[in-house]
Amino acid sequence: MERRSTRIGLALWALLVTAFLWIPLLLILVYAFNRSNVQSWPIPGFTTHWFRVAWDAQEVRDAIWLSVRAGLLATGIAILLGSGAAFAIARFRFFGRESVSFLLVLPIALPGIITGMALNTFFVFNHIDLSLWTIVIGHATFCIVIVYNNVLARLRRSSPSLLEASADLGADGWQTFRFVVWPVLSTALVAGGLLAFALSFDEVVVTYFTAGAQNTLPLLIFGYIRLGQQLPVVNAIAFAMIVLTVIPVALAQRLMRDTGVLRRGAANVTEATQGIPAV
Amino acid sequence: MAVRAADLQTPGRPLRAARLRLTGFFWSHPWTKALLLLGPPLLAFGLVYLASLVALFVSSFWTVNPFTTEIEHAWNLGNFRTIFESPAYRTIAFRTIGIAAAVTITDAILAFPLGYFMARVARPRTRAMLFVAVLLPLWSSYLIRVYIWRLILDQDGILNWTLGKLGLGSVGLAYSNWAVWIIFSYVWLPFMILPVFGALERIPESLLEASRDLGAGGFQTLRRVVLPLALPGVVAGSIFTFSLTLGDYVTPLLAGGASSQFIGNVVYQSVGISNNVPFAAAFATIPLAVMAVYLLIARKLGAFEAM
Repeated sequence: MERRSTRIGLALWALLVTAFLWIPLLLILVYAFNRSNVQSWPIPGFTTHWFRVAWDAQEVRDAIWLSVRAGLLATGIAILLGSGAAFAIARFRFFGRESVSFLLVLPIALPGIITGMALNTFFVFNHIDLSLWTIVIGHATFCIVIVYNNVLARLRRSSPSLLEASADLGADGWQTFRFVVWPVLSTALVAGGLLAFALSFDEVVVTYFTAGAQNTLPLLIFGYIRLGQQLPVVNAIAFAMIVLTVIPVALAQRLMRDTGVLRRGAANVTEATQGIPAV
Repeated sequence: MAVRAADLQTPGRPLRAARLRLTGFFWSHPWTKALLLLGPPLLAFGLVYLASLVALFVSSFWTVNPFTTEIEHAWNLGNFRTIFESPAYRTIAFRTIGIAAAVTITDAILAFPLGYFMARVARPRTRAMLFVAVLLPLWSSYLIRVYIWRLILDQDGILNWTLGKLGLGSVGLAYSNWAVWIIFSYVWLPFMILPVFGALERIPESLLEASRDLGAGGFQTLRRVVLPLALPGVVAGSIFTFSLTLGDYVTPLLAGGASSQFIGNVVYQSVGISNNVPFAAAFATIPLAVMAVYLLIARKLGAFEAM
């Protein structure tokens, strides 16, 4: 056990770092109600006017819709390909197996500008016009590893003997999947999918190179901030986005916990950390 | 579990028979199954992502004709020569790598005691709360977090207002390399906390007890037992903090000053404004090379198991 003074010091440090993480987020919640369109502190008064303005802006609606579509499509592709790869890695031993993880992690381990530039060059080479689909391809490359990490972590924790038992009892492949694999896997898939969607919904560095003339929500906000336009609208959107983040975090937390097949306790927290820093 | 009896006991049904045949086939040909699972992701990855990296690398040896602005497919090292011979580009490369290193060190210093507190001191309830407190900023929009720091550091922002109230005068951090350093450290901090926490949590309590039993003091235990075992976690976190900073252009563009250009900004401008893709590609190979070396070292240090 650590000495008392050490523990107090560590607690104080934890408090300070948490405050550092949280004060800016709380501040943007206040700025959203700023009556003035000058963003200085302290704000002169409160209004809810800018929420109305942001809600009514067609530009903002279009951008949100594009981001939602791109996010859903990229997440779908990531779930299919990522979980496929995870199954193969978890169940088979073959030459080059270690390299697969290394390969899949590249799009997030390499700087975003590389992925963006590389895809852009690739599209230009092949005369592919930038569209929703090029955005989706860009996002899918780094979403795959999120699903892959989550599913792989879950599969490694579930015993292969369950599958053998299922086969011994006369189940075919589909039944084994439906009644043995799926109950263990589903929450990891949802958690991985949520993460992948959130990542796609927020991405700007790669998207700039793959989006062409269209604006996803982050690209639109990026443009507003860079040009110093519509900052009150940005504040209102920021408020909504920060508040909405609570949903995936709460859901992911619940999902990590509600897996009866797993060992309870420390394993869950470890698993929760496994997929996430891979963002 | 809701297994219906009919599902298991009617091998005569054609669908069931086909499924059983398929199951049998996969049982006797496991490699077909492996190939079916692994083939599509690897193929998609190879055809798009790896092909893109190759395309990037190849095009960095081409040039753009200044008169026609057409890309000329003549192999030469002109782009790389421009980068290495120009002091301005060299400065930008060193600034990018330097700030990325500074951000990584800052985050490691901020994250380690917090991770240690979460993993080994805090009660389960406090730990769960801290965990959410770290996850929420991680999940919230990157752009918004950069933007809010611009408001904080602004001349008329809350930082100077607070300093003024405390009678400490004011600071001009806005639109400078300081701002870039602070903001990067802020936005990537959760990426460092989580793997560091994970690594610290996995250290068996018995090792720390053994260290104490053998007469090591707190500091010695930290240096000889905890730090070496937590290192893979720190390195895993550093991959993200370092790489994300290295490849970013948004923060320097939004919150940096005239002398805050990053490699990413030059790439961004070369593509978006001067339409010189080969030059952008050549410059982008610098962070690629840096990260390649970094990742190889990280793998040696066991960072991939700690992710």
